[in-house]
Amino acid sequence: MPTSQAIQVDNLSKRYGKDVQALAQVSFEVGRGELFGLIGPDGAGKTTLIRILATLLLADEGQATVNGWEVRKNYRKIRSHIGYMPGRFSLYQDLSVEENLRFFATIFGSTIEENYELIRDIYVQLEPFRERKAGKLSGGMKQKLALCCALIHKPVVLLLDEPTTGVDPVSRQEFWEMLQRLKEKDIAILVSTPYMDEASLCDRVALIQKGRLLSIDQPGKIVSAFDKPLLAIRTNDMYRLIHDLRAFEPGHSAFPFGEYVHLSLRQPIWPEAIHAYLAGKEHTGIEIKPAQATIEDAFMELMTREVM
Amino acid sequence: MLPAITTDKLTKRFGDFTAVDQITFEVNKGEIFGFLGANGAGKTTAMRMLNGLSRPSGGQAAVAGFDVYRETEKIKKHIGYMSQKFSLYEDLTVRENIQFYGGIYGLPGKEIRRQVQELIGGLGMQAYANTLVKSIPLGWKQKLSFSIAIMHRPEIVFLDEPTGGVDPITRRQFWEMIYKAASEGMTVFVTTHYMDEAEYCDRVSIMVDGRIAALDRPRALKEQFGAGSMNDVFLQLTRPKP
Amino acid sequence: MKQFGIFIQKEFYHILRDRRTLLILLGMPVVLVLLFGFAITNEIDNARIAILDQSKGEMSQEITQRLVASGYFLIDENLQEIAQIEQHFREGKTKMAVVFPSGIEEDKRRNLPTQIQLIADATDPNTATTLINYASAIIGQYAQEQARGQALPMQIRTEVKMLYNPRLKSVFLFVPGVMTVILMLVSAMMTSIAITREKELGTMEVLLVSPLKPAMIIVGKVIPYILLALANTVVILLLGTFVFGMPVRGSLVLLALECLLFVITALALGILISTRTDSQQVAMLISLMVLMLPTILLSGFIFPIESMPKVLQVISNIIPAKWFIIILKNVMLKGTGIEFVWKESLILAGMTLFFIGASVRNFKTRLE
Repeated sequence: MPTSQAIQVDNLSKRYGKDVQALAQVSFEVGRGELFGLIGPDGAGKTTLIRILATLLLADEGQATVNGWEVRKNYRKIRSHIGYMPGRFSLYQDLSVEENLRFFATIFGSTIEENYELIRDIYVQLEPFRERKAGKLSGGMKQKLALCCALIHKPVVLLLDEPTTGVDPVSRQEFWEMLQRLKEKDIAILVSTPYMDEASLCDRVALIQKGRLLSIDQPGKIVSAFDKPLLAIRTNDMYRLIHDLRAFEPGHSAFPFGEYVHLSLRQPIWPEAIHAYLAGKEHTGIEIKPAQATIEDAFMELMTREVM
Repeated sequence: MLPAITTDKLTKRFGDFTAVDQITFEVNKGEIFGFLGANGAGKTTAMRMLNGLSRPSGGQAAVAGFDVYRETEKIKKHIGYMSQKFSLYEDLTVRENIQFYGGIYGLPGKEIRRQVQELIGGLGMQAYANTLVKSIPLGWKQKLSFSIAIMHRPEIVFLDEPTGGVDPITRRQFWEMIYKAASEGMTVFVTTHYMDEAEYCDRVSIMVDGRIAALDRPRALKEQFGAGSMNDVFLQLTRPKP
Repeated sequence: MKQFGIFIQKEFYHILRDRRTLLILLGMPVVLVLLFGFAITNEIDNARIAILDQSKGEMSQEITQRLVASGYFLIDENLQEIAQIEQHFREGKTKMAVVFPSGIEEDKRRNLPTQIQLIADATDPNTATTLINYASAIIGQYAQEQARGQALPMQIRTEVKMLYNPRLKSVFLFVPGVMTVILMLVSAMMTSIAITREKELGTMEVLLVSPLKPAMIIVGKVIPYILLALANTVVILLLGTFVFGMPVRGSLVLLALECLLFVITALALGILISTRTDSQQVAMLISLMVLMLPTILLSGFIFPIESMPKVLQVISNIIPAKWFIIILKNVMLKGTGIEFVWKESLILAGMTLFFIGASVRNFKTRLE
């Protein structure tokens, strides 16, 4: 069946040994020119999923296609047409920036010149260090070079496994800006990350936990699906505050969120009631304000629901 | 009350390169202090000097009241340390790791046995007590590692890039452990380049190129820079608008 | 083809830029050959010996004098009884004892063949051999001179006893031996490490997810090491010939082809190891334990195969190095042609095919 989707995943399952269910009936699709985020903690199954799509692992059950090719049968076809950036650093440390790029271009049957247009925005930043060995670059620079190497043969689908892990905030932001520009060139991008705050930068995201997808949607919709009233509360004793709020009868959940604690409620109640409750528990410096749910609130809500 | 950590123009040079350039700050007792900066900004070097692992090139510093030049051995007795690699032995069980570290810090046998019970019980890890550390989930490793770092009741605990990659609930459970330790009077010194974590600290310092570029409560910094998050504050500091 | 070219180019960059490893790879053969060479051609000078003279005759005195006059030996002590010999050896006072039995004068008078015993401390086999050879030569010369003008030539047989190490091997063994070890090391160990290094770095993942065929990846990784191994072969042969006078009597072409065959055997083994391991450390350990130790110990390089226990003799048959050393000795020392080594060559070729087959079976186009 021909498909217009860049990536189509249908009921994919994968086990390691007896005990570890890495993926359980995962289904989703990624359209052309879409930036799709796979968001979840370490060990959730992100790498397994990406490796199956990169044809490096075989699934136990289910189907998957990349650019219409089946990952098991047509793996050779897929390999010539995707760009893949593994989670670990995948450059030759003893080769210079230019040598790395030329090597990867050539083994994919292309040249730097042929597709320079595609990587120009990224490569201009690397150009001053052309002669430098990849091992001597900073973390952010290495990441950019790895992206160039994955892009240099003009892939139709880009699979990026945790490209921003361990990279400082400035480089992270630049990296995401690059991805935004790339999708305009009609490349489908599947990117995995453990950082929840990166969800908002994707067109759509799948939240993944323990091999299961908790939700697939636009980030804004996932957040607005969090339908419980949410308050941000702080006092001078954070530790006691968390426990007191968990014991608070109308409360649904209480989690620390930076300087505040996010309290979600079963039903709306007046903030004054909470204030009175906390004052009764001898809290000082009480501050209560309505809060906007974040992707983390949504993720935790979905996680707790999963348990029940 | 004496501050837990004081530094005065603390400096570390490697040849021509100044990794830490005259940093001056204080950390109060019972405070959760975030020590932020990009990779290579000098965080690790500064922390090593405070830990007594590296001799400063200049300036003064005292940790738990002990001098970083002359009393490094005393410092080591009064601090706990958790590295980003967790420093747990992967091929020992949870119980054996606790026993081992209890032994290292010279706790008496009875105390170690009590700690094993209390720690495993407190973490709700009974099911994992006799499991090899390598096969327990990341979040558990992190919590165990922290519990072990504070097992000998240090005055100050240093956390080197402690979180990252764990799910949001586990991450909050971990921060609750930190809050609990701080509420009991322990000083917590956290280095991280993950700005989200900064929001949880009482005060944060942001290092840029070996210097402290900003130091205050997170909300004050956000106000000062007109930023919505610590991430924005950091971006403004490290990438000044042209 | 262009892909293949850049792959090999990259491989050479790795090798040439890792200066330390390159230096070891090129320097080690030289060091090993010189080390083995000079350890064996140790000159004997004023070695201390003990004399046990039970005959107390003219002949024993004359022979003793000649031994001393040669400059090679110094008399440490005249012993009284046979039991003292071992005592002296244990104390390390002397390296060799000459025993003149009581009957030698009688034998001489009656013109019968006679015997003088040379007992050497063979814990150091090379020194022992040299001492025994020198002493035998001196005694032989004495016997010849005595024989002049006599109807029946005088015969003195020196009876040689090597204590602690009954059999000693020829000194020319070390060049073929070192060559074998080096070729094994460069080919098997270095390739297995080079391939596992890519796995560790994560670059293997990217290579797999590329249009490169697995066979191309492997051949590309292997070619530079073939060249390196052959360069080492030339260096060892040159050193052996010009520094130690090691002869190469057979055909050079045949020798080169046999070396190439063995290099390919070793490479196939290296690839096989790398298909089964994921880390450089494990690859190195396996290479050392499974390849290097048997190559050194069971190939006949250091310990003669004939004197091994039966079990080890059987095991030695599966060590490629054993066959290669036989080929090398035949071609280099005896100057024989392919007609005498085709069997061994065939065995090596068979092993190579087997290893390549096993590697192909084991090589994964995926990660598991």
